[in-house]
Order: sequence, then C-alpha cells, then structure tokens
Amino acid sequence: MISKDEILHVAELANLKFKEDEVDSFVDQLGRIVEMEGNLSSVDTTGVEPTYNMGDTSTVFRADEGIHTQTREQMLENVPEVEDNLIKVPTIVAKEEDE
Amino acid sequence: MNYLNETIDSLHEKLANKEITSKDLTQDTLKTINDSEDTYNAFVTVNKDAVKDAEKVDADGIKGSLSGIPIAIKDNILTDGLLTTASSKILSNFMPVYSATVVEKLKAAGAINAGKTNLDEFAMGSSTETSYYGTSHNAWDTTKVPGGSSGGSAAAVANGDVVAALGTDTGGSIRQPSAFNGIFGIKPTYGRVSRWGVIAFASSLDQVGVMSKRVEDSATVLSTIAGHDDHDSTSSNKEVPDYRANLNKDMTGIKIAVPKEFWHEGTNPELLKQIDATIETYKKLGATVEEVSLPTLKHAVEVYYVIASSEASSNLQRYDGVRYGFRAKDVKNIKELFVNSRSEGFGDEVKRRIMLGTFALSAGAYDAYFKKAAEVRTLFINEMSAVLDKYDLIAGPSTTTTAFGIGDKIDDPLAMYMNDILTIPANLAGLPAASVPAGLADGMPVGLQLIAKPFDEQTIFNAAYALQEENKFYEKIPTSLKGED
Repeated sequence: MISKDEILHVAELANLKFKEDEVDSFVDQLGRIVEMEGNLSSVDTTGVEPTYNMGDTSTVFRADEGIHTQTREQMLENVPEVEDNLIKVPTIVAKEEDE
Repeated sequence: MNYLNETIDSLHEKLANKEITSKDLTQDTLKTINDSEDTYNAFVTVNKDAVKDAEKVDADGIKGSLSGIPIAIKDNILTDGLLTTASSKILSNFMPVYSATVVEKLKAAGAINAGKTNLDEFAMGSSTETSYYGTSHNAWDTTKVPGGSSGGSAAAVANGDVVAALGTDTGGSIRQPSAFNGIFGIKPTYGRVSRWGVIAFASSLDQVGVMSKRVEDSATVLSTIAGHDDHDSTSSNKEVPDYRANLNKDMTGIKIAVPKEFWHEGTNPELLKQIDATIETYKKLGATVEEVSLPTLKHAVEVYYVIASSEASSNLQRYDGVRYGFRAKDVKNIKELFVNSRSEGFGDEVKRRIMLGTFALSAGAYDAYFKKAAEVRTLFINEMSAVLDKYDLIAGPSTTTTAFGIGDKIDDPLAMYMNDILTIPANLAGLPAASVPAGLADGMPVGLQLIAKPFDEQTIFNAAYALQEENKFYEKIPTSLKGED
C-alpha cells in the first residue's frame, strides 16, 4: 500500500500539487495500481540482467563539427516571456536569502 | 473526396495521368475532413496550408507513389509551423520550429500533410478520452471510443478522411485503435523508424508506424518513413526493403505460433470466434499452426506500467513552463512556476503516470519496482525470442474486447490498463507487430494481431495481405457511414 505522506512526497519530487480531495483519491487509485505492480515480486529473477534500453546500444560517434540547426530567434519563438532576447522567469533566489 | 474505395495506387494513377491534380484532391480532402469533424472529432488541427503545398507538388510534377497524396499525422509528431499539441493543454500553444524526420521523409516523397490527428494526452490512454480536445468517435458506432492513443488517426482512416495516417505505438496505440476501427495498423521493430521529433512518452518502447485500410498502403508508407537517422542513435542501419514491391501472399510453409494465454477466458467469445476463423484461413492457405505458451504474459501489464510510467516521468520533466508551452500566471517564484504550470497544464491521466513513475524510481522503491520490472522484461524478451526462433509469426487477437462505450472505463484506470495486455508484449520485446481486420463481432470490428522477428516486417505484411485478399474486409463500409452518399 501507499500512504498519504508517500503520495505527498512523490508529488513534491514530481513538481506536482493536488487538492486535498485529489490526494485522497490518489491514495486509493495509486495504491491499487502499485499493488498490481507488486505482483512482480512473485517472479524469480535471480541472476537475470535488467533490460533498460532497446535496440543497438553501442556508442555513436560523429565528427566534432558544428551543425547549423535553429536560429536564436527560432529557439525563442515558443518562450512564454522574453526580454532582451533572454528567457524571463520569476524570482529564483528569494530576497531574504539574498541578504 | 472520400477514400473508402481508394488506394495509394489508384490515387497515384489518377494523379500521374492528370485526371486530377493534387490541389483538387487536397481541397476535396480538407472539405471531407471539415464536414466529418462534427461526427468524429478525429483532428486537432487541419493543415490550412495543405492546398498551397499541393500546388507546389503539382508544379514540380507527380513523381513517386505518395506524390501529391494527403496523409494525416498524429499530433505528437512535430510539424514545422503547424501546431503540435500531443492533445495536452501544456502544449496547446506549441508551434514547432522543425519537423520530425518521418514528416521530412513524407514531404520529400511529395505527400501532403492533411492535418494533425487527436490522441490521448501524450499518448497515455486507450480511448482518446484523455485528450484536452475531447474524445474522438468510432467510425462503426459513434457512441463508442475509437481506441487509443492513435484514435484520431484510426477514425480518420476508417471514415475515409484520408487513405493513410501516421500513428505512434508505445503499448498498443496503433494496433488497438486499428482493431477497434476495422483497419490495418503496423508498429515496426524498435529502431526501424526514427523517433527524432516525436514527442517522447517512454523512450525504450515508443515507435512510429502506419495505419491504412489496405495492407499495401501501409507497406508503401512504411518503406518511405523507415531507415537510419543521424538524429536518433537508436534508429537502425539495416537496409529498408520495398515492402510494397515484395508483397507475397503465399503462406505455404509459414509457421505460426498461437500462444494459449492470448485465448484468455475473459476475452469476448464472439471476438475469439473471428480470430479462430482467421487461423483456419491461414491453415487453408498452407501455413502450419501450433500452440505455444508465454507464461510470463500474466506479468506483462505490471512490467509495462512500471517501465512506461518511469520513463514518462523522466521524459515529462521538461514541461516546466520556462522555454515553451503553457505557463501558469501569478506565481511568486521559480518553484511555483514549475509546480503550477505542470499542475494546471497536465490532465489527470498524465499526472497519474508521472506519479507512478516518480514513485517507482524513488529511493526505496527503485529496486522493488523499476529494476524488478526491467528484469522481468528480460525474461519476457527471452520467452518471445525462443518462440520466434521456431516460428515465423505469433498470432492472436489484438484486443480482449471490441470498442467499448465512451465513458465506460475512464473512471477505472486499472480496467483501462488491462486493455493493453495483448499489445504490450511486442513493445516490451521491441518486435514488429500489426493488427489486421479479421471480421465483425456483434457488428464491431475485430483485429488479428501478427508479431514477427525483429526487422521482419515483410512477413507481417505478407500474412496480412494474404488474409486481406481472402476476407476483403476493406469492402465493408463502417456503420456510421451507411446511408450517406
């Protein structure tokens, strides 16, 4: 099972927030899904290597040469707030911490 | 223009003989789409520049077989200058500045982008009900879901809006909607098609594929979009065959394995009757059929939801309201910008997957969930390879039911996840797999699933073509379209 505290901790890790009633339904729903996933513990995997990647996982090299892709203007086209050709965001370091 | 009775070959002939121009064809296509949107909601965005693109192709002259023919593209595949949303609020304003490799390849072949089709948000779902833009509707019964996540592509092909569409398949997102709508759909081998410019969901499972009424049309499109791409190091260097030219419906000596676990007692018996009949057809055509066992199949859904959710939680970290997409208003600091943009921008199912994945990857849960699932995945891959060492194809139903009603399962995530049990295996093992129209059960389409060895898409196309030429399912008109014309 998964507790309400665990749900709140995972939400914090995932940069998500939920209303009180949403958290309660998550405790129930995620609990049931995690319980289903817990069935995996019944499978004997002693000595079995995990598969994390698919396909040919050999390292690919290319010449160390610059490739022209997008322009600065293009890269900024989708940015919600731009000032002086820079991405604008709210305060990163709070004032009191700054002093 | 309605494509129900057309193929890429028949259209190419008309274009090459100048009976029609690509401009006329494209104008008609956009009109058909606009007329049918109220009924099916198959598209998020129709490409208003399509007619201009067609004029250019007309001016350059009709060349290859796709030249001048409109194709629809799932809306999680980037199209330069045309809105690409992944059916999510968080990307509802996103305008790509480059196109996916598959889109570039279609364009180079002269195909016209007709528009962007609806999907479950970030391809997470089996019904299109999680789309920010509303549910698409099944062509055979508009009160039912078209399946998902490539439900818009399936509905658009099945109702004759387009001759073919691109989809993506992470756990069945091409095959299940194809089965639900009575069309052909193929998920190629992992690495067969470049994923560059495809909005990432689960990177070890995602693959782009094709959906069409006719097997030969998907063969043409897949040969066009497949191949190595320097932008995707997981794309294979293996040569791309001309699947269309190599089509061969001779089934003599083809060895087919039918896993007994695919004939689950919970599966709709009417659906299984149709599947049994297709197996008999293959025997009649000269194939040998034997029963096999895939004992680890019972854990496939568990493995899939751990791995897919974990990879999704990592891939979707990039949506933070900073560089693109939806940005929450009235925030005090950067942390609140991240949290509020994500919490307001993602829908419930996407949040659920991110939470599941973040949990499975978190300290204390990693070994028991993520690592364990990756180990069981290895066992499953070994099981599938052992079968394919002895057989050319694995065959069985694509789904456990026919299309379900809109609203029937959306409140029960576990029931929705169990839908995917028959399609997940091919993704976990990276194998090519397709759904082929098999018949009707209680008036709704049934799909036969065919799974082959890595990079042996040709055997799938051949077997699907053999069945198509026997049952001629493409002649059947979807119920919702009867009485029109």
